[in-house]
Amino acid sequence: MSEPSTAIAPELLQPAPPRPELESSAHPGRTYWQQVARRLARNPRAIVALSAIVLLLLAVAIGPWLYRVDPARLGLGTAAQGPSRAQAALLVRDSGEWRLAPAPSDETPRAANALAAPARVSVDSANTERVRLYWQAVPGATRYHVYRNTHAPRTRSDLGLPIGNTTARGQVYYEDRLLLRPREYFYSVVASDGVDEAGAVATLSVTPQLAIGWLEAQLQGLVPASAEPSQWREEKVLLPGHPLGTDYLGRDLLARLWYGGRTSLFIGVTAALLYVALGALYGAVAGFVGGWVDDAMMRFADFVVALPFLLFMVLLRIAFGIGPGESGVLPLVVALLLMSWPASARLVRGQVLQLREEAYVQVARLAGGSSFYIIVRHMLPNVLAVILVALTFAIPQAIFTEAFLSFIGMGVTPPTPSWGSMSNDGIRNLLVHPAELMWPAACISVSVLAFNVLGDALRDALDVNVQERL
Amino acid sequence: MLAYVLKRLLSGAITVWFIATATFFTMHVVPGNPLSAEKAVSPEIRRNLQARYGLDQPLFKQYVLYIGNMLRGDFGISYTQQNRRVNDIIRDHFPVSALLGVLALCIATAGAVFWGALSAQFRDRWPDTLIMVAVIFGISVPGFVVAAMAQWALLKLNHALGFTLLPIAGWGGFQHMLVPALVLGLGVGAYMTRLMRSSMLEVAGADYLRTARAKGLGAWRIFFRHQLRNALLPVITVLGPAIAAITTGGFVVELIFAIPGLGRYFVQAVQELDYTVIMGTTVFYGAFLVLMVLAVDILYGLIDPRIRLR
Repeated sequence: MSEPSTAIAPELLQPAPPRPELESSAHPGRTYWQQVARRLARNPRAIVALSAIVLLLLAVAIGPWLYRVDPARLGLGTAAQGPSRAQAALLVRDSGEWRLAPAPSDETPRAANALAAPARVSVDSANTERVRLYWQAVPGATRYHVYRNTHAPRTRSDLGLPIGNTTARGQVYYEDRLLLRPREYFYSVVASDGVDEAGAVATLSVTPQLAIGWLEAQLQGLVPASAEPSQWREEKVLLPGHPLGTDYLGRDLLARLWYGGRTSLFIGVTAALLYVALGALYGAVAGFVGGWVDDAMMRFADFVVALPFLLFMVLLRIAFGIGPGESGVLPLVVALLLMSWPASARLVRGQVLQLREEAYVQVARLAGGSSFYIIVRHMLPNVLAVILVALTFAIPQAIFTEAFLSFIGMGVTPPTPSWGSMSNDGIRNLLVHPAELMWPAACISVSVLAFNVLGDALRDALDVNVQERL
Repeated sequence: MLAYVLKRLLSGAITVWFIATATFFTMHVVPGNPLSAEKAVSPEIRRNLQARYGLDQPLFKQYVLYIGNMLRGDFGISYTQQNRRVNDIIRDHFPVSALLGVLALCIATAGAVFWGALSAQFRDRWPDTLIMVAVIFGISVPGFVVAAMAQWALLKLNHALGFTLLPIAGWGGFQHMLVPALVLGLGVGAYMTRLMRSSMLEVAGADYLRTARAKGLGAWRIFFRHQLRNALLPVITVLGPAIAAITTGGFVVELIFAIPGLGRYFVQAVQELDYTVIMGTTVFYGAFLVLMVLAVDILYGLIDPRIRLR
């Protein structure tokens, strides 16, 4: 054990050298909100989320101005297709049944396996409205079967889709109008004795040209409705492209995404704003008044919380009813308002109860501050942080709810697109055309994700505790 | 403890009464009454039905009759399914939903405890980041999207394998339940994982852990006996809301995977405006959820005596 030295080195008594980095981190003179903004700006996730939200809002706001395509315009010829560019299509006059003169031939009955393959199978016209084929009669044949495949048949049983057979005697032609696309097809014609098919097959490759019928072109506004087919000079029209493809009714997916986004985000933001505001007001009154009023008000809020949320959203939606021609947005917002306010009411009440006991509020009261003054000067700014965070979490919640309700057919009514109802439409076609579900689903997910991430970041930046709601 | 349970039971009963009342009056706002639908019902049947449900009587009497029927457990007769009482529909189809829900809840809870604990152990390192990114996705992607994607992926997988590894829809054995239960448990599991992680981190700083370490206990023993067990408490409190989320999530999953559960029948009833089934199912689910929350609270009271003292 040695005696501790009592002598202090003189240099230790000198003032410490200035350390500018410590001073700069203390932020003298910065207000609370400036600090919050700084903390948010330093969080890369918050920046990404915020930019995503701004981009989404901008997109649905100005998208329909830049991309002027009617989201309700049907295109029955182009249902459930992938992305396509605008392209010229042949304008085809609508015509009745196609007939050629019967080809007389030897019709002495012959066994099916003795029948030859039809010779000289030729194309009369080939476009996506109709493919017309004719061939030379096969001696002994009473009927011909026509098959269509998307690849060259490899075996006799690989002829593809049986699209039809000739019906009249001596009919040696066939017109195919079944869902034709501008791609290569392989048509096979087989002679038949009326019961069995011949083994011999004649196959022809046909690539129909993209075409649109006169009536459909008029319906889509590509040709003026007043135009007369006989006086119309142009042979071709320009079909509009679909950058994201079309849905199951041939409507443009991109156009529907903009308008659907307007519906979904409008419901999400408006409903969330309204119910958080209502809840905050309710909670503030309960907390500020206190006593039995507070007890009664909060007991009622507990009851509303106990109602099964989505089931009651459905009940309310049915109860409000939707008249013809209404979009159903307003009933959804009101139903959300009625069902969702208690969470923020509880939050704000808790905060107000806590603030009431704060020393500075007590002092303000002692100094003769009115209730109004205390609410505006002390309560509101302090509760604002909690409300703001609750709001950021309320928006994805409302978007989610709208999507769920539209998905089970209880949201907005059909002609109005929303991301939820688009997903509902898309799920029917999921196995053949997944893009129809993927786009609206991705939009819902990205917006919910962005708001959630922003909410997390905001909560950290404001440093408030908000109870997570499941 | 008994007083606590009784008190909770009483408030639960009042809540169920409130749910039934709210359901009754909400449905009463619907213009017209269920029997005035354009369905051709002969006048005798209509009169009988009106007498049975007292639809010819004033609102208050109808309400008393309705509550009386509810108390006797009679939810009425379906309007669209011939010869089926709502009770039959619930009895036949709720067990399917319950089985799926229990499986989903087990998957969600087990997954949340495992991934949450793992995430907390690797705090701020890459496994933690990876799990938290997955959690954020699990929270943000709607259930029907996950369900549809899973079905689509399963179809492609079966196609690629050349045989049916797991059926893409339908109901039957365990192979039918696995994917729907996983999908159903995913969203809830994501929330619980996040909760588990923060709970583990909170406990990690507790004094009793430092004491345990100072005593020289083994790392595994500290982890399981001291940290994990205490961190589980907040996870248990969210079991109530989790069951509610799984119940309503089940509607969509049952619809997409063609599972004959109560949720699917509810959605069907909604689309067909089958009033009695909608009302019956709502009250039934409401009562069920109140009961579940109650059970979770009592469980919590048993596990954590501090709760009972409040």
